[in-house]
Amino acid sequence: MTYSLNVDGKVRQADVEPGTPLLWALRDSLGILGPKFGCGIGSCGACTVHIDGVPVRSCATPVEKVGAGKVTTIEAIGDTAIGKKVQAAWTELDVAQCGYCQPGQIMSATALLTKTPKPTDADIDTAMSGNICRCATYTRIRAAIKLASGQKSGV
Amino acid sequence: MADGTDISRRHFVQVSAAAGGLMLSFSVAGKARADGTTAPVLNAYVTIAPDNVVTLVAKNPEIGQGIKTSLPMIIAEELDVDWAQVRIQQADSKPAVYGLQFAGGSMATPMNWDQLRKVGATARALIVAAAAANWKVPASECTTASGVVYHKASKRSATYGSLAAQAATLPAPDPKSIVLKDPKAYKIIGKSKPQVDTAAIVRGKPLFGIDVVVPGMLYATFEKAPVFGAGVASADLDAALAVKGVRKAFLVGGGPELNGLLPGVAVVADSWWQARQGRNKLNIKWQDHPTAQQSSSGFAAQADALSKGAPLRTERQDGDVAAGFTGATSTVEAAYAYPFIAHAPLEPQNCTAHFHDGKMEIWAPTQYPDAGRQLVAKTLGLKPADITIHMTRCGGGFGRRLANDYMVEAAWIAKETGAPVKLLWTREDDLRHDFYRPAGWHYLKGAVAKSGKISAWHDHFVTLGTAGKPASSAGMATTEFPARFVENFKYDLSVIECGIPTGPLRAPGSNALAFVVQSFIDELAHSAGIDPVTFRLNLLGDQVFVGTAGKDGYDGHRMKGVLELVAAKSGWGKTKLGPRQGMGVAFHFSHLGYFAEVVQAHVSEAGDVTVEKVWVAADVGRQIINPTGALNQVQGAVIDGLSAALGQKISIEGGAVVERNFNTYPLLRMKSAPMVEVHWNITDNAPTGLGEPALPPVLPALCNAIFAATGKRLRSLPISKDQLKV
Repeated sequence: MTYSLNVDGKVRQADVEPGTPLLWALRDSLGILGPKFGCGIGSCGACTVHIDGVPVRSCATPVEKVGAGKVTTIEAIGDTAIGKKVQAAWTELDVAQCGYCQPGQIMSATALLTKTPKPTDADIDTAMSGNICRCATYTRIRAAIKLASGQKSGV
Repeated sequence: MADGTDISRRHFVQVSAAAGGLMLSFSVAGKARADGTTAPVLNAYVTIAPDNVVTLVAKNPEIGQGIKTSLPMIIAEELDVDWAQVRIQQADSKPAVYGLQFAGGSMATPMNWDQLRKVGATARALIVAAAAANWKVPASECTTASGVVYHKASKRSATYGSLAAQAATLPAPDPKSIVLKDPKAYKIIGKSKPQVDTAAIVRGKPLFGIDVVVPGMLYATFEKAPVFGAGVASADLDAALAVKGVRKAFLVGGGPELNGLLPGVAVVADSWWQARQGRNKLNIKWQDHPTAQQSSSGFAAQADALSKGAPLRTERQDGDVAAGFTGATSTVEAAYAYPFIAHAPLEPQNCTAHFHDGKMEIWAPTQYPDAGRQLVAKTLGLKPADITIHMTRCGGGFGRRLANDYMVEAAWIAKETGAPVKLLWTREDDLRHDFYRPAGWHYLKGAVAKSGKISAWHDHFVTLGTAGKPASSAGMATTEFPARFVENFKYDLSVIECGIPTGPLRAPGSNALAFVVQSFIDELAHSAGIDPVTFRLNLLGDQVFVGTAGKDGYDGHRMKGVLELVAAKSGWGKTKLGPRQGMGVAFHFSHLGYFAEVVQAHVSEAGDVTVEKVWVAADVGRQIINPTGALNQVQGAVIDGLSAALGQKISIEGGAVVERNFNTYPLLRMKSAPMVEVHWNITDNAPTGLGEPALPPVLPALCNAIFAATGKRLRSLPISKDQLKV
């Protein structure tokens, strides 16, 4: 089957079978390698993309459910004002260790700040607890979200 | 230290053509041996382009420990260039050129600190010699800064880039003439530098093994028996081949070695998802295997039975333990246990391999590429020299990628397929086919004398292994603390036969032993009614140093330093705590680092543990190379340790792992991550590594805090809510 997917501002054709998770349509069919594979069950968040601005786990989203939804990946989130600020904060605080989860963390953080420009610690806990960082850079992730939102960080 | 990493050997420089013109490659060659062979060489770390861009090679695998940044920082400092003019190139696996390349044991800093400073300083000396020759002045009158050579008296200057080609023709300076910088003059070492890959990471650029793309590449999945080492009885290969996109499905015979190529079934397809769909149709039947008789509960029952009898052997005996109990003011007897745990790096195991023209080319996220090369060579009957290994960034390591099982699988499947193949494991594959931190059991008896010191310590350690020998990472050194600090000390050992693969996991040994030792010390302190910090200071006593430096040395004075520092910084004994809130302390020495940590925790009446804050005092010597990276490592290691304490457990049933994915193997998440405050105790000792030693003390510090909060002593991990409910 060929699916027309609107990804990162372009309509692209993914030739995959029904039931294929969006993640694998992006990675193997379209060559968009930014979203990462971590668990395959929507539990770790490494594969997070936005569909119409809402963070979703692309590893557990069948491609046929995407429809005309606008998919944004880590590769284009820097084109948005908030995504750019989040990436800048991540860079300034040098958040990453191995860096593998960070595309997903940045996508979740950008979605949070889009909805809640000045998140509290509790807001951050809720929005970010779907993303595992195996290196446990949580201290800096929290600080970077605060920095990107113009709030003082505790670090 | 591997052969060839000794910089005092013969030096030479070489000129190589590169984009933009000639570049200087500074090399340190191995000495030609009498038999005509050449010893391994350290080579080509520095290239300087005419535009003064300096390219430095990062020799070791990057797994998130920041080594791709911190080792080149050392070279750049002594080369005397600006960090902004430096570009980093990740080395391939070339042990003959770069010596030992691996990420393990927190060894990169101690093994490379002196060598790489000399590499930078020697390259600088060559550049200065070239300038001095041009200007006909003594080299001693020349100075350098930011990649420029100056002769102040004649007001002349020249960039390194303009001198590099000429410098490359000069004879190497006498190593004895190389002077290293005074640390007070450091401009790069000791200054925080973001990781060199940060900009690419935050944009999702392809950096990792899983992101490798080779033209014409196919995708593979490989299924092995749930029972470790069991062979394939039958598989429906035709059903897999009937799935769209599947190109090949075949059995892999493998062998009996658990750290080698194991039997299984490979499915190769045009995409990974198609390969997985094919795999789902295989309907594999596995052969019987004796490990199917083994289970976590079975191991625990055997440990309990063994604890009641005589040990297999006594590993260490000092003084008279029985005498230490006589006249003691308090005694404690307790049984401790910890489970298997998995590494679970977030990037699942993967490797891309291409067999062409009789040679194997491999792209791998690996912590020990040359061990992978040897394994592939042995298993596939190739010459090591015919195997090229490109090291990719690793999405976490934690010791898992010291094993190269996934590399040999990819190589085998690629050769069999006749095309480049990317093998990718599922998370389920990863959790069920790890080299686990081994489970273990300790049966302890201890006594405290009137003096407030421990008068007797007896540990019967029951571990896993084969034929009386502990399995990988399942042993305990005879010098493990508190050996040598307690006069009457006995360490007995028994070994249970185990077919579950085990291996090093971040701070191997220590990640479990610190929990046991520092929890039991806490029990003894409380039994004697002595403050846990005071009790530990008494235990360390006045012994400045025991053992042999560089081998089994333990500096009691350095440990006291961090213990006193963490007590002061955490407000130990001075903080007013609420109900069911407590502070716990612990210390541990591992990987040459001295760490003491305090945890403040709260336990709800329902048994939920909240870690409120962690204080760390660390002594890793006189120089923190990259402070921002160092802080990140310590904070991460501490939270990693909390994650293990609060949730991680691999259970064996019927010789196979029960847990499948992160829904049953919980890793700590944002909502549970505490603030971690880190204090460095700078001492005049050689700089040592930070990937591991911050982890071990946090587990007992947490358990000790929970005891302080609730009066309940936790003697098995992970911590369960049921143990703590009111």
